[in-house]
Amino acid sequence: MFPSRIWRERAQRYRLEAGKCTTCGYIAFPPRLICPECGAREFETIKLPDTGRLLTYTIIRVAPSQFTDEAPYAVGIAELSNGVRLMAQIADCDVEKITVGMEVVIEFRRVQTDGHHGVLSYGYKFVPKWY
Amino acid sequence: MRDVAVVGIGMNKWGELWDKSIRDIFVEAALTAIDDAGVDMLDSMAIGCMTGGLFVGQEHLASMMADYLGYKNLAASRVESACASGGLAFRTAFIEVASGISDVVLAGGVEKMTDVSGDGATYALATAADQEYEVFHGATFPGLYALMAVAHMEKYGTTRDMLSAVAVKNHVNGSMNPNAQYPFKISVEDVNNSVMVASPLRILDCSPITDGAAAVILTTVDIARKLGKPIIKIIGSGHATDTIALHARKDLTTLNATKIAAERAFKMAGKTIKDIDFAEVHDCFTIAEIVVTESLGIFAPGKGGEAAANGETSLEGSFPINTSGGLKSKGHPVGATGIGQVVEVVKQLRGEAENGRQLKKNPKTAMTQNMGGSGGSTLVHILEVA
Ligand SMILES: [Zn+2]
Repeated sequence: MFPSRIWRERAQRYRLEAGKCTTCGYIAFPPRLICPECGAREFETIKLPDTGRLLTYTIIRVAPSQFTDEAPYAVGIAELSNGVRLMAQIADCDVEKITVGMEVVIEFRRVQTDGHHGVLSYGYKFVPKWY
Repeated sequence: MRDVAVVGIGMNKWGELWDKSIRDIFVEAALTAIDDAGVDMLDSMAIGCMTGGLFVGQEHLASMMADYLGYKNLAASRVESACASGGLAFRTAFIEVASGISDVVLAGGVEKMTDVSGDGATYALATAADQEYEVFHGATFPGLYALMAVAHMEKYGTTRDMLSAVAVKNHVNGSMNPNAQYPFKISVEDVNNSVMVASPLRILDCSPITDGAAAVILTTVDIARKLGKPIIKIIGSGHATDTIALHARKDLTTLNATKIAAERAFKMAGKTIKDIDFAEVHDCFTIAEIVVTESLGIFAPGKGGEAAANGETSLEGSFPINTSGGLKSKGHPVGATGIGQVVEVVKQLRGEAENGRQLKKNPKTAMTQNMGGSGGSTLVHILEVA
């Protein structure tokens, strides 16, 4: 994987930066050039809240090659306190104990490695609040 | 707009076709369709293919296929909308004939998926999802549909056995389809005990990896009459997109692009869902068929699973779904699937479905629904016996 591809997303993956439409308040994550709700093109940069509630999840047992060592692992969609929805892995827990509706905290983690010599990719994961 | 009809259909055996190249597979289907229509010329050709580049390292497919089909200098194009590429090729051909730009157009689809490892296929298929915000985090296609399944089960109480009922029914239908990849029956227990892929979806909830092609010939109703073929008219065509990322949608248990594409097709046809006798829908996973039948308005939200379990979608049911065996049993060569659906509904409308899967009640009006990715694109078509 080319480093530029990972580097380009750093503000979202490392700092959870989103764009808030200055006209209607829509929050775009990742940021966009035009608001899908009102068509305005002015945004201010905000940081997403780091807690949310799990809407759905799955435990992946047949994984893509870069994740085979981690399988089974859980991936879920969480809704944050400001209504933004994200997908991420659910880390640091017994996957069998995950439930829809549980509270999660967003933490900064290593997400992928590109073989033994490639670039390490960092980003966000969900961690159960009860953990 | 001119009235457009399907006058020729072509589909050969789908499956793991080790001895056949992508060009052989496509040309075989195209020749079957051309012979079935009895036409001796084409004005143009639209081919749906999701990713010849990743599966066989071959792009520029339109030129290759026109060349190998023996149509030198043909106006040919390849269209792409992930797993809805075939449906998009059909709409492209429909628009060309309806507009008067072309009189005879071949709409085809092809995918050669078994020249890569399972891992390579997983990678290629995942390009239909959001690379940076879904695939980056380890999501797979079964995983995305599993997220829908859990949300649907949570909201409506859909059960494991309801998911299995979809697979069982589609294998019953597929067991009567000589072109199906897996033409055999399975039981609810088989599905319930098969290997877990992405919970709650098991391997028998998933459509397979398939090599295959399909082709149909579209022309004006006037020309169709001269050809003396049964006239199956295309009376509605609807196309819609949705967010590519599943998590960006407000409702994880509805497929909005399917809902909107259907509304557009109904508007063009001047019909409602009550006028439709049967449908071929995109059952890439068992949960997909359930959510699609709800999004099309065949069943109320949350009632799709129960309807499948009660036999309402079987050949004898009130609304037969996937008489061909669907993607589940017939196979899912992604770019060809949308055209394969048209082949089946035309067979049914002509009364030519093989081996006892022909619908008994003399069906007149049918629908196809073909979607890309986790529902980020959808094509809906309505066809009727003229
Ligand atoms: Zn706005």
